[in-house]
Amino acid sequence: MTYIKPKFRHPELPKNKIGYAKADYEGAISTLCGGCGHDSISAAIVQACYELSIEPHKLAKLSGIGCSSKTPTYFLSNSHGFNAVHGRMPSIATGANMANRNLIYLGVSGDGDSASIGMGQFVHAIRRNVNMVYIVMNNGCYGLTKGQNSATADIGSVSKGGSENRYPAIDLVGMALELGATFVGRSFSGDKTQLVPLIKAAMSHPGFALLDVVSPCVTFNNKPESTKSYDYVRAHLEATATLDFVPEKEEITVSYPEGDSAHVELHDGSVIHLQKLAPNWNPTDRYSAVNRLLEAKMKGEVLTGLLYIDPKSQEMHELENTVARPLNTLREEELCPGQEALEKINASFR
Amino acid sequence: MEHIRAVNDIVVRFANVNGTGSASANNMFAKAIFRMGIPVTPKNIFPSNIQGLPTWYEVRISEKGYLGRRDGVDLMVCVNPQSMARDVESVKPGGYFVYDNTKKLHPEFIREDIHYIGIPMTAMAMKHYSDPRQRQLFKNVIYVGALSALLDIEMEVLKGIIEGQFQRKQKLIAPNFKALELGESYVHEHFEYPLGIRLERRDNVGDQILIDGNTACALGAIYGGATVAAWYPITPSTSIVGAFEKYAHKLRIDPESGKNRYAIVQAEDELAAMGMVIGASWNGARAFTTTSGPGVSLMSEFLGLAYFAEIPAVLVNVQRGGPSTGMPTRTQQPDLLSSAYASHGDTRHVLLFPSSPAECFEFMAKAFDLADRLQTPIILMSDLDLGMNDHVSPPLKWDDDSRYDLGKVLSAEELEKMEEFGRYLDVDGDGIPYRTIPGTHPTKGSFFTRGTSKDEYARYTENGAAYVRNVDRLLKKWETAKEYVPAPEFYQEKNDNPYGLIFFGTTTYAALEAMELLREKGIALDAMRLRALPFNKEVRRFIDEHEQVFVVEQNRDAQLRSLLINEMDLYPRQLISVLNYDGQPISADTIEQQVIEKHPKEKQKDDIHKAEVPAS
Repeated sequence: MTYIKPKFRHPELPKNKIGYAKADYEGAISTLCGGCGHDSISAAIVQACYELSIEPHKLAKLSGIGCSSKTPTYFLSNSHGFNAVHGRMPSIATGANMANRNLIYLGVSGDGDSASIGMGQFVHAIRRNVNMVYIVMNNGCYGLTKGQNSATADIGSVSKGGSENRYPAIDLVGMALELGATFVGRSFSGDKTQLVPLIKAAMSHPGFALLDVVSPCVTFNNKPESTKSYDYVRAHLEATATLDFVPEKEEITVSYPEGDSAHVELHDGSVIHLQKLAPNWNPTDRYSAVNRLLEAKMKGEVLTGLLYIDPKSQEMHELENTVARPLNTLREEELCPGQEALEKINASFR
Repeated sequence: MEHIRAVNDIVVRFANVNGTGSASANNMFAKAIFRMGIPVTPKNIFPSNIQGLPTWYEVRISEKGYLGRRDGVDLMVCVNPQSMARDVESVKPGGYFVYDNTKKLHPEFIREDIHYIGIPMTAMAMKHYSDPRQRQLFKNVIYVGALSALLDIEMEVLKGIIEGQFQRKQKLIAPNFKALELGESYVHEHFEYPLGIRLERRDNVGDQILIDGNTACALGAIYGGATVAAWYPITPSTSIVGAFEKYAHKLRIDPESGKNRYAIVQAEDELAAMGMVIGASWNGARAFTTTSGPGVSLMSEFLGLAYFAEIPAVLVNVQRGGPSTGMPTRTQQPDLLSSAYASHGDTRHVLLFPSSPAECFEFMAKAFDLADRLQTPIILMSDLDLGMNDHVSPPLKWDDDSRYDLGKVLSAEELEKMEEFGRYLDVDGDGIPYRTIPGTHPTKGSFFTRGTSKDEYARYTENGAAYVRNVDRLLKKWETAKEYVPAPEFYQEKNDNPYGLIFFGTTTYAALEAMELLREKGIALDAMRLRALPFNKEVRRFIDEHEQVFVVEQNRDAQLRSLLINEMDLYPRQLISVLNYDGQPISADTIEQQVIEKHPKEKQKDDIHKAEVPAS
């Protein structure tokens, strides 16, 4: 069942630029297990949308099936939501995006939803550079069906039942880089300081922005021998850089030291600042991102942060050369050529 | 030896090798007859292959306007040695066999009861053209030239078609004319002409057009306001999106920016194609996809979601022979049940049955209105014969005074005035709730779309009573749909025969001709053409008013009969099946024969006759 939160809020809660309080970005009470990493990610989404001053009704949240896909109910209750069939959220998002290019599309998926049943749709959404944020809440297991290993579980990782995973993991981030994804990041549900700016940057990126967020399953996959447990991830975290996201026209108040920092400017004028850069890594160089990822993997580290961004990304509407106005606002007069044109067409068939 | 003699009542069959450019020559032949004012139906009979295998093109010419397939070939034009044995055999006694005699005909292909007309097509093409590809192409035009003399096709009409076709490639006109003349003069010099079968100009076509159903569907999508097309290539549906793109490119470009007022997405598979249609429709655009039987199987899960979550969607199913890969290049009507009840759980979908290109156009445009009005998938059931073959059709018509029916969509102003919005509330008592499009209002009208059970306010629930209220409302909506879908068409003012005939889609041509043939034999039938599922009251009444009804369809399992029985709780014995499922369009002869065989009165006669024969 859905728990409804009371709508009453303290009148003096701080408001963002467009006059919304953080509470205006919340959803129903979560029904996930206590301590679930997914709830932290929902909170980060709320925080990011609040800070970005997004109008909630100008965002559409979409998901597939699974624990992760339940979460859109738990944030942004003033946004339209779509809980699709298992593994098929990318196609719903693609169609929705084609119909209205002016909304922000936030897709939420899980490792079963993306790396197994929905792999085909996932890779093709990347290939088309659909303008959306795609968050994978990655816990290495199937929660709703009680803890089976998923395709992102690392080899040798041990599940709650004690069985060891024999098959190699599919690394969604590595695959996305290989496929030509234009924004690739990885994070950890327990690292809100990194996750919030990453989500903000992803929302401002024109194109497909993948965020693979390791999100421990407290009930079925949190043994110390599991590589997706809180303990394991905390002990093996390694970041590309710390990250700040500064929206368009906002004053830059922090001073960044020379040398080990970089900034990437996005289409809309917003800027991503990166500090304490990993060696031999450049956020706009795909080759260095792939290398850095592999190095970390060999060392058993979980590499997080922004891994790659293509500042020249062309999203699907640009590739399809569609009109600037959303297709769903075109009126009959603009769509239907009328009888006169039809008579000419008829004549061509005589 | 007997000669078949006929004017404007002929079946001509061409035997070609696919990939040799014969299609355009054969189309020119059919179009010339059409332009002489004589109704004509060409049918492609082609293999699932790109190059090198036998392919046939069968043209039925019928002054009376019978547009179904007719058994028996009067004139065979055989340019393919691979299939010659079969081709010789298929000619009716007294018929004609035109062949390439560059090589001598093998004696085993000689029949005593048909007439042979040898034309050295290959030799002529070799002699007069130097480019190898041109030699192959003009060989085809040479036989069309020969046929113009043999059948009395007006040369000026043929030349006019060539001129039209090569408007932008003027220098190809002269060599085409030359090929036509080469064929024509060869006949003039070597044979008596015209043959016993021949053509005479008539005025029996009127303002009709010669067009295939897939092109008409594409135009219907343009006129119906579709802006998003998502699809995965599959024969025989593929050419719909091709034609949609062609016309969108002409008619849907924003004059100021030069940008597209449409998006076409070639999806990774049929599942994704359906998902994109659902996503776009949920977001308030008109979207469609096209497929054939295997695609419907793949889309089933999504069709169930769209039915249950009440999202508009338009799907064209250009049916082909199944099951599995089946006969991918042959026609059938085998997906009625899989489309009507696509998906798990209690689902049922609205089906439309066009029977001509004009109806493909009309129903396709209407499908978007129906999908928006009923908030559910609408499946247009075409087939390979209708979709890929040219048909004589009434011209396409659009009423400029009509307006799109966008259904029950709430605007920001309406939401503003509302106390509360319940996505699945049956406010009007017709089973159709109100919906909102994402982005409409800052604080009102948002809801969560899902395939799981929910209450009237779109809130997730596992409460059994709420689930039952919801699915029962969907049944009420199904009843409402009956008022909106195209009504059946009747062929008599009032029912006055004890027996009836039911048919739909491409079976119509052959069924109407069969009714004539049966009437000549003293068997009169009332007839009803179905145009949609759900069936309305008139369908029920027609069946109730007849002792028994023949149901004609092109599949093995009598799926329409099952649908009728299932949807209206009929007594099965009341419906007698007339079936054809060999992959060829059903012919009038087949229907006539099966009706006679299965007709209770005729059977009685037959039994009496058998009883009179003394036992040996």
